[in-house]
Amino acid sequence: MSDSQNKKKQLRRVDNKRAMGELHRRAFLLSSASGLGGLALNHMLAGASSGPDGFSTLARPPHFAPTAKRCIFVFMAGAPSQLDLFDYKPMLNQYDGKPLPDSMTEGVRFAFLQKDSARLMGTKRTFKRRGQSGIWFSDLLPHLATRADDLCMIQSMHTDQFNHHPGQLMIQCGQAQFGLPSMGSWVSYGLGSENQDLPSYVVLTSGRGSSGGSTLWNPGFLPSIHGGVLFRNQGTPILNLDRPSGWSKEMDRHLLDALDEVNRHHWENKQDPEIISRIANYEMAFRMQMAAPELVDLSREPDHVRKAYGVDRPEPEKRSGRVGSGDHFASFATNCLLARRLVERGVRFVNLVFASWDHHSNLDAELGYNATCVDQPMAALIGDLKERGLLDETLVVWAGEFGRTPLGENRIGRAGVTGRDHHPNAFSLFMAGGGVRGGHVHGETDDFGWAPVRDAVHINDLQATLLHLFGLDHQRLTYRHHGADMRLTSVTRKASAILSLLT
Amino acid sequence: MALPRTIVQTTWAGSLRFGLGVCLVWGAFWAFTSELSSAPSAKFNVATIQSLLQDHCVSCHGGVKKRGGFSMVSLEPMLGKGDSNVPILVPGKPEASLLWHRVQTNNVSQRMPPEDQPPLTTEEMNLIERWIQGGAHWPLHWAFDRPKPGSKSSSQLHPVDARIREVLNQKGMEPGEPAAPTILLRRLYLDLTGLLPSPDQWSRHLDMLSRGAFHSVIDQILASPHFGERWARHWLDQARYADSLGYEKDSVKKDAWQYRDWVVQAFNADMPFDRFSALQLAGDLIDPENPQALLATKIHLQTQFNLEGGIDAEEDRVKRVIDRVNMVGSTWLGITVGCAQCHDHPYDPFSQSDYYHLMAFFNNADEEASFLHRVPDEAQLESVKIERRRLQDQLETILQRQLTDKSLNNQVVGQLVKLFQYDQNKGLTRHMRERSKQRRATHVLIRGDFRRPNLALGNIEPAVPAIGKFLPSPPNHVDRRFLAEWLFSENHPLTARVFINKVWGHLLGQPLVETPQDFGSRAQAPVHRELLDWMSSWWMDQGRWSLKELIRMIVTSETYKQSSNHRPHLNQVDSQNRFFARQNRFRVEAEVLRDIALQMSGLLDLRIGGPAVFPPMPEVVIQQSFSRYHHPSQGGDRYRRGLYTFFRRTAPDPNLMVFDCPDASASQALRGSSNNPLQALAILNNEVFNEAAQSLAQRLWNDFDLNTDHQRLTRLFEWGFGREPSEKEAAMILPLLAASRAYTSEYPDQLSALQAADLSEMDQALERAAWIAVARLMLNLDAFITRE
Repeated sequence: MSDSQNKKKQLRRVDNKRAMGELHRRAFLLSSASGLGGLALNHMLAGASSGPDGFSTLARPPHFAPTAKRCIFVFMAGAPSQLDLFDYKPMLNQYDGKPLPDSMTEGVRFAFLQKDSARLMGTKRTFKRRGQSGIWFSDLLPHLATRADDLCMIQSMHTDQFNHHPGQLMIQCGQAQFGLPSMGSWVSYGLGSENQDLPSYVVLTSGRGSSGGSTLWNPGFLPSIHGGVLFRNQGTPILNLDRPSGWSKEMDRHLLDALDEVNRHHWENKQDPEIISRIANYEMAFRMQMAAPELVDLSREPDHVRKAYGVDRPEPEKRSGRVGSGDHFASFATNCLLARRLVERGVRFVNLVFASWDHHSNLDAELGYNATCVDQPMAALIGDLKERGLLDETLVVWAGEFGRTPLGENRIGRAGVTGRDHHPNAFSLFMAGGGVRGGHVHGETDDFGWAPVRDAVHINDLQATLLHLFGLDHQRLTYRHHGADMRLTSVTRKASAILSLLT
Repeated sequence: MALPRTIVQTTWAGSLRFGLGVCLVWGAFWAFTSELSSAPSAKFNVATIQSLLQDHCVSCHGGVKKRGGFSMVSLEPMLGKGDSNVPILVPGKPEASLLWHRVQTNNVSQRMPPEDQPPLTTEEMNLIERWIQGGAHWPLHWAFDRPKPGSKSSSQLHPVDARIREVLNQKGMEPGEPAAPTILLRRLYLDLTGLLPSPDQWSRHLDMLSRGAFHSVIDQILASPHFGERWARHWLDQARYADSLGYEKDSVKKDAWQYRDWVVQAFNADMPFDRFSALQLAGDLIDPENPQALLATKIHLQTQFNLEGGIDAEEDRVKRVIDRVNMVGSTWLGITVGCAQCHDHPYDPFSQSDYYHLMAFFNNADEEASFLHRVPDEAQLESVKIERRRLQDQLETILQRQLTDKSLNNQVVGQLVKLFQYDQNKGLTRHMRERSKQRRATHVLIRGDFRRPNLALGNIEPAVPAIGKFLPSPPNHVDRRFLAEWLFSENHPLTARVFINKVWGHLLGQPLVETPQDFGSRAQAPVHRELLDWMSSWWMDQGRWSLKELIRMIVTSETYKQSSNHRPHLNQVDSQNRFFARQNRFRVEAEVLRDIALQMSGLLDLRIGGPAVFPPMPEVVIQQSFSRYHHPSQGGDRYRRGLYTFFRRTAPDPNLMVFDCPDASASQALRGSSNNPLQALAILNNEVFNEAAQSLAQRLWNDFDLNTDHQRLTRLFEWGFGREPSEKEAAMILPLLAASRAYTSEYPDQLSALQAADLSEMDQALERAAWIAVARLMLNLDAFITRE
């Protein structure tokens, strides 16, 4: 048995033990409570919540055997330039300054770019094949490049939307509409969580605010227990987790004991199982108050780990021409480390959101800054997961909402062409772990990176694939809302899981 | 309950013998066969047939996918020939019907449903055969048929109770006991005003109840100015109200609140629902110079407006019009029409062109701005008029060019932003105005794509869809006024039913029809269909569309007044309480929860109306939005009712969202009522609730009549529940007080953190601090946050 298998087994054992302890604790709690019968016991064991199916985060079986059990979805809001990071196009440099033939741009919509006068813009980056697999990386991602053989690169992504907020809704929620659940919510709804002391779907943000804000992780029409819970990466991790000042843990326990007792007494009169759920939820809140601070306490992480992620990296000095920044370097690295700690504890879905990659101008400096910010922590995350035997069952996805144009952006009223416009027709993303092939490249774009020429993957296909890895059929994972059976992927576009990405 | 009612009635006695589970699963077929043998009837099974076809066939032969060239959503297309040129259905002749051949064949490659799905059972096949033999009767969907008042009830009971009890009797179910007066009064106040009774109201109204003056109590509560606030919030959920434009920039709309206030005032004045609706749908056409009528049209400005750089303004405009149509569909018609923008409705007889006929009503309604709130002097009025006209003309010119020259996208957005900012800065109010010149033609959009008008179908004029047989013959060239008239015309099958169903849901904790936003073919008839129909007829006629009369009708019934206690026997026969043999208890809504906590503590500021306020908001939430706009309110505005909390779409107040407040993205008929640990954390630790607990303890200490622990606890219960604590309750709570006392005296240094106390009076300060524990307990009690 390999090391990683051993570790996995150990981990499972620890999980089981924890679950058993939990059962005992609850059973004890119940037996000490007067008058609660078997029905109430079931409700209480249903944990977080009560009501019809899907109202709790208790683990549920998938449709078929999964390869992924957890996901870290690293969302690069604003859309990184694939042409300067992954999709190497020597022809682009060769034809730098030349127009594209009309036949290619006909019918394509742009946000800012003036089609008639736009010219191809070569990349200033140098590209190299990396790893056994020989995947192309630009010089901006030296750390990730060392992970080439763990990555599954898709070069042929495309989407329907070319503006940020609609595009972000599309990749997070499947369609450019408000009020829909995101992937994390769907997975939480489909599978529940293996950890009842933490939320099943956690969101961590860094950089500036994204266009979509919380519309990107709201539960939509799904029960609110499946909504993304925003964690802070410093101080108190969850809203309302801190007791009011002057208040001690012991006093809180006294309060909860009295509360439980009065509520139980109330239940005896009312016989409403919701009251039992309420009692269970107060207990879970109490446990969360211990589990969440422990989660974000990175002081026990060994130095070499902190160093690998770059948690303590200083923010680079601001060079002239680059727009403002904050503590993005430390913040994104911390989020990556927290993501590992979250999946390690059985949290089902972690959404890291980093903004913004919207480089309409000053591409070289801005992209350099962003790439350096995410490169090391991302590489460390993948390496760390692998070392701990978690990568096999943890899917990591790194993606923006669309790509950027091979044409330089010649916006009216802006001097010079130094950036790229939004490009929904072609972009790149990568995945790792969770049952996808490492060192694999899927799809290909034409010589200018304008459009896929082989194995095009629509956003909905990606989402169908993600659900498939979790053992969920995107056509069967539905929720009845306003009379219609809603799902993550569009009903009018025929999406399908890309099985060739699987190991 | 999925069974057609005639069947349920005939089988009840029989299936009880087998237990309820058997009845639910097998009841339909068991009933069917037994009924056949006794009295064959052409109508016996059609509802079952319709749902059978819905379940097994329409996902391929429906509005979206018309495999084989036909749909099974309604009867007509089945009577024709599909691609195979064989009749799908020949009434009376199964053997001549393709449908029958394909479901019963043994040839797996021919069989329907196809191979990857389970075949129909023998019973189901028999059902289809006999249905075709009997003439393939296809009844009108219950909700598309006009509501019938039903036979006059001879009973002396309240008209609502008479109909509820009749069904309960048939089921052998007993209605609940009347709720205790304290519970009833708290329920009435929460339902009608969203507040607790004040100490004075508790004593006065409990006294009136004990003297049998129930109706006077109702009159007084309905007359409260907080009634309008409470019911406005329900309406705003459907209007998808928010204080920001939406999308990336999510700019603040400084005039949004004026619509909210219009709704509050309309409900307080009991404006009849037909008038209330007509003004919102067409106020600019009905009474073009009346500021109130124009304010009403702001419902259509609740749609999201994208001012992100680089968008196509025409695309966004079309999106807004579509959003309006969808809102009207779900709010007034109770039908989710949105899917028909791309294709025929998948399972309702509502075609794509029906959708665009509806859209044509709204396609020439533009966003305008006028002085509706503040009217400046003549000179200023004139100069603003001229300047705005100039900006508007510039916009129009460039918009015209942008329709064909997309390189102007960014300039157009720039001009839109300019106009928006101008309106905001000048204090203008945005509203709708029907455009008179350069009117746009409406076309069916292929797959809903604004770039692909289906020109072959010609211009699409405004027209209303046929709902069942309900199709008026409108005059030529109708506008939104006609849409409003049609919704409120005599015998309209949906409008009254849809609204009453929601009102019932607000007052009884769940609606009569389980799908309040879908009265389409998949919506099951409610078990109390006769009640819904009678109420609808009554409301349109004697009730004169008055919301207050409708509420009075419901809350004066014993059904409303009964206890919400669960009964073990009842849970076995009707676990979901579909029959209303008891009231429902539910956690109060997000806004109400905060309101009553502040009210208990004496902090609530009850001023009505005005611009939105900014209660404290965690920095981490503000940071999530693109523009990070937040101006914390000072003084009383910090404690205004939740209705007035600023709602930003991309960063809404977490205190609202964690308790199921809708996100204002689409019309929402009724809210969910989830129960989760994040809610526990919020009430335990959130700043608002913590402040409320501190003030509540202080409020107790300000009451000099109170001398003992028991008196103070009693006062707490009186404020919250209108009653004394039971001995048991006191015995459970007072140990917490003791523990709290021990804690505060051991750690007096924590006092200042617990409360800004005057430490010169140490003993009192310690006591007050100790009581904070009890105040916190109170605000977290299930009984406190639940409307029983």
